[in-house]
Amino acid sequence: MYPANFEYLKASSIADAVRLLSENPGAKLLAGGHSLIPLMRFRLARPEVLIDIGGVDGLRGVTVSGDTINIGALTTHATIAASADVQRANGLLAEAASGIGDPAVRNRGTIGGNLAHADPASDWATVLTALGATISVQGPSGSRSVAAGDFIEDAFAPALAEDELITTVSVPVLAANQRAEYAKMSHPASFYAVVGGAVVVTMDGNRCTAASVAVGGLTPRPVKAASVEQALSGTTLTMDSIADATSRLGDDISAAGVDVIGDVFASADFRARIAPVEVKHALLHAIDLAHH
Amino acid sequence: MPNTVPITVNVNGRSHSANVEPRTLLVHFLRETLNLTGTKIGCDTSQCGACVVRMNGVTVKACTAFAVQVDGADITTIEGVAQDGNLSAVQEAFWNNHGLQCGYCTAGMIMSVTEIIERNPNPSAEEVRAGLEGNMCRCTGYNNIVKAALAAAAARQGG
Repeated sequence: MYPANFEYLKASSIADAVRLLSENPGAKLLAGGHSLIPLMRFRLARPEVLIDIGGVDGLRGVTVSGDTINIGALTTHATIAASADVQRANGLLAEAASGIGDPAVRNRGTIGGNLAHADPASDWATVLTALGATISVQGPSGSRSVAAGDFIEDAFAPALAEDELITTVSVPVLAANQRAEYAKMSHPASFYAVVGGAVVVTMDGNRCTAASVAVGGLTPRPVKAASVEQALSGTTLTMDSIADATSRLGDDISAAGVDVIGDVFASADFRARIAPVEVKHALLHAIDLAHH
Repeated sequence: MPNTVPITVNVNGRSHSANVEPRTLLVHFLRETLNLTGTKIGCDTSQCGACVVRMNGVTVKACTAFAVQVDGADITTIEGVAQDGNLSAVQEAFWNNHGLQCGYCTAGMIMSVTEIIERNPNPSAEEVRAGLEGNMCRCTGYNNIVKAALAAAAARQGG
């Protein structure tokens, strides 16, 4: 299919990209193109101007500094999955990256592009929300940081002004006593996540002392499951205590105050039923009661 | 006259310069501008893998890149896989193991299998299947494709 035509501009630096965005209202940024080009082929998006940031220096690669992993916005899923530094510092990032799409998609798709697309079921949005990551964005008046959990404001509406771009995703290094896992139900052809649950548990032996739980694909932004987290904290993690905790996810969905998404892939009822199963699956992985 | 952008792309070892409309997808550039029709268009939704080519050494779906994005890149298509008329180990293995029926997915399969065994010279059948998640075949049931991939890996190892 042929996308509608557009004007093609190439940014030479981050500052240049910000300037071009300011000068071209309604322009879209082109990184790996794996969210935008499919939309354009169906003419669900018809931007008049595309600004290609693929050649901008300083937005690619992973560095670990102290307790933080910094990932440039243009870093591909494949690079994150294959990074020995990432595998060492936060295995969940590598695992999530290696489960996105398929190998050819991972070779081109970028973490920044994925987040800017703001798909409610985005693997990255769910995982980064659970991990408490921070997203740095750059605009004409400087840079600012947004908590990953606040980054998707509504379905396909990121917390980005028209003249801002994502530069870096910063993720905490996992502590030795933390376990983090992600489980999802994917569409069988596209491998897009339908519903996914990400968990980070801090353990003292078999006892969970703190938990962070996020669910994607249910509501326009990932749900932070406070009731499930509370039920897990201070509890010895077993099949039964995990099942009890995840059964409370419905309370968190209600508390979010928005309707559960239903579409051609999965009805709202199905999503609401499958979500606790995915969270349970992730938790069972975290305590080695399930295998990939 | 619509706006066009000049690009130069090295395809199968030959440099090609052209003025392309920005909306031209890589797969259209290969098939319609360069007449390299071995790369197929299947689903046009980034799912089926019929259009997989290699760009700077890694597989990409040619339906999901604009030609302007590959300016300056090295592209290998199925037409560039055989050398001097000799099939590659992967092509030979598809031939020997009947790794195709209608053949529509084959170009993409061969590009993906080539990458799988370059990255992992001795893959298990499961690893081959995981590596082919983005390549769909509606004829073979995949078994002979997996066999071909394992045979190609063994042949490259001199087995």
